[in-house]
Amino acid sequence: MRRAAAAVVVFLATFVALGFLAVPVLAIFTRVSPGRLVAQLGNPVVTDALAVSAKTTLAAQALVLAFGTPAAWMLASRRFRGRSLLVTLVELPLVLPPAVAGLGLLAAFGRTGLLHTSFPFTQTAVVLAVAFVASPLYVRAAIAAFEGVDENVVAASRTLGAGPVRTFFRVVLPLAAGGLGAGGALAFARGLGEFGATIMFAGSLRGVTQTLPLAVYAEFDVNFDVALAVSALLVLISAALLVTLKWLPSASTSRFRFATSS
Amino acid sequence: MAALGLDFTLPLRDFELTLALDVARTVALVGPSGAGKTSALRVVAGLAHLARGRVTLGDETWLDTERRVDLRPEERRVGLVFQEYALFPHLTVRANVAYGGRDRVDELLERFHISHLADQRPARLSGGERQRVALARALARDPAVLLLDEPLSALDAHTKLQVRGELSELLRDLGLPTLLVTHDYEDAAALADEVGVVVDGALRQLAPPAELVARPRDTFVASFTGANLLHGVARRAGDDLTEVRLREGEQLFSTDAGDGEVGVVVYPWEVSVARAHTVDSALNVLRGEVGSVVAIGNRVRVRIGPITAEVTAASAERLELARGGIAYATFKATGTRLVPL
Repeated sequence: MRRAAAAVVVFLATFVALGFLAVPVLAIFTRVSPGRLVAQLGNPVVTDALAVSAKTTLAAQALVLAFGTPAAWMLASRRFRGRSLLVTLVELPLVLPPAVAGLGLLAAFGRTGLLHTSFPFTQTAVVLAVAFVASPLYVRAAIAAFEGVDENVVAASRTLGAGPVRTFFRVVLPLAAGGLGAGGALAFARGLGEFGATIMFAGSLRGVTQTLPLAVYAEFDVNFDVALAVSALLVLISAALLVTLKWLPSASTSRFRFATSS
Repeated sequence: MAALGLDFTLPLRDFELTLALDVARTVALVGPSGAGKTSALRVVAGLAHLARGRVTLGDETWLDTERRVDLRPEERRVGLVFQEYALFPHLTVRANVAYGGRDRVDELLERFHISHLADQRPARLSGGERQRVALARALARDPAVLLLDEPLSALDAHTKLQVRGELSELLRDLGLPTLLVTHDYEDAAALADEVGVVVDGALRQLAPPAELVARPRDTFVASFTGANLLHGVARRAGDDLTEVRLREGEQLFSTDAGDGEVGVVVYPWEVSVARAHTVDSALNVLRGEVGSVVAIGNRVRVRIGPITAEVTAASAERLELARGGIAYATFKATGTRLVPL
C-alpha cells in the first residue's frame, strides 16, 4: 500500500517537472499558427538580428576556440602552484550574474574604464560579451577532454620521434575531439542566447548590436508576433544543437558527460 | 652495437633508486612493485627528469646533469613498449606502426604476423595482438635501445607462456641493448641474459639467472628467485662441511662456508620427498606435516614443515601426498646454500 503510494508520488512529481519544463517551450509554437510565425521571419527586424547574431556568435566562437584551446591544454597538462585558482577563475563567468558581467566589461573596456577602449555599444562589444560568458563552458569541457587523454599514449608519441607540436596535432587533438566538440557546441548555444551582458555592454541597436535575444526583448512591446517568431527560431536552433551534441559519436566516449538519449 | 650506460639516482616517494649498470644485451630489472623500475625506464626514454645522473649510448650522451645535457624523448632513439602498450586508439594497426617510421611498415606487419589486422583499431585486438603491434611500432622507429615495461603482465596465463617464447626469440634476433622490467623473476630469467634484483632503491645483485640461483648474494635475492629460506646459526664442522642449527631445532649441513647467523637457501627442485625415512647420500632430512599440495602445470609444490619441495605430478600421486600426512624432505649438502643475514 505504501509502496503504491510512493510510486504515485514519484509519478506525479515527474509529470509536474517535465510538464513545467515543456509547456513554455511548446506555448511559443501554439500561440499563433506556424504560417504566421514563418511569415514574421521576413521582418527586417528579424533578418537584421539574425545577421548580427550570426556574425557576432561566430566571431566569438572563433576567439573562444583560438584562445581557449591552448589555455585548456596548458591547464590540463601542467601541475603548478595556483593552478586550481586559475581554473576557478576561468569558471567564474559561468556563475556570475549576466548584469554583473556586463558591468565588469564596461568597467574594463569602457571609455573611462581600466583599458580606455571605444568598444562599448559596437559590434566588437557584442563579440566580447558573448565570448566572456560562453568561453568557460568550452574551456571547462576542453580541460576535461585533455585530461582524459592517456598520458602514456602522449609519451609513446614522443618516444616514437614526434615532437610536442606534432604529438598535439596527431594524438592529443584527435583523442580530445569529442569533448572539444561537445564543449564548443555548448559554448555556441550559450553565446547565441546571451542577453544580460550584451545589453549592458553593447546596447540594443538594430542592425549593429541587436542580437536575436535582444530582438525578442525589443519587439515584446512593439510586435508580439515578431518576438514569438524569433523565439521559435531560437528554440529550433538550440534544440538542433542539443540533438547534434547527443548524436555526436565521440562526445559520448569523451569525459564530457551528458545524459544519453537511449 | 653500442651499449647503454646508466648511472643515476632517481628520487621516489619513500626512497631514492640508485642504478649504475651497462646494458649490452638483455638486462631485466626485477623487484617488487613500487621499486621504481618503471621510473627507471622513463628516465632512459627522457620522459622523467632527474637532479643527478647520466645516460649514454656508446659515445652519445643522452643525459648528463653535470654537463646540462638532456635530450628530448624524440631525440633519443628508444623503442619503449608500455605496460598497457599505449597504442593510439584512433589509428589503425598500420597507422600505429607507421607512426614510428614509414619505411618498414609492411615488413614489420609481416614479421609480427599482424598483416591481417592492418586495418583494425587497437580496441578490437586481443592482448597478445596488441603487444605485437606495440613491438612492431617501437621497432619501426629503428631504435638503438629497446625498453620493455612489464611486457607480459597484461596477458592471461595461457597467452603469456607462448608470448614469452616468441619475445625471447625476438630479443635474441634483434641483438639490441634491451632493458626490461618485471616483477616476475621467472619472466626475467626466461627473457634476459642478466637479471638485476632491485629492492628498496638499490640494485642488490646483477648476474645471469643461473648465477642468481647458484649464488644469491642475500636472503632477499634468494627468496625472490623462488628459493626456500630457513634461518639458523652456522658452525664449522669437519670434512669441509658447515653445520647449521635451525631455529626450529633441526640440524642441516652445507658445503658452503658460513659462520654465525645465516640464511639457508634451498631450491624446491633440489628437495626430494619420501613417505618414510630412507638413508641415501643426502645429508639433510627434515620430517614434517604436509601443509599444502599445489599443482603448477606438470609439477606439484608440496609444503613439508618449513620447506617447499617441487616434484612431478606422477611422483605426488605415487606418494599419495595429502594435507596432514607426515613426509620427509631430503636434500644434499651440496644443494644447500648459505647466505649472510
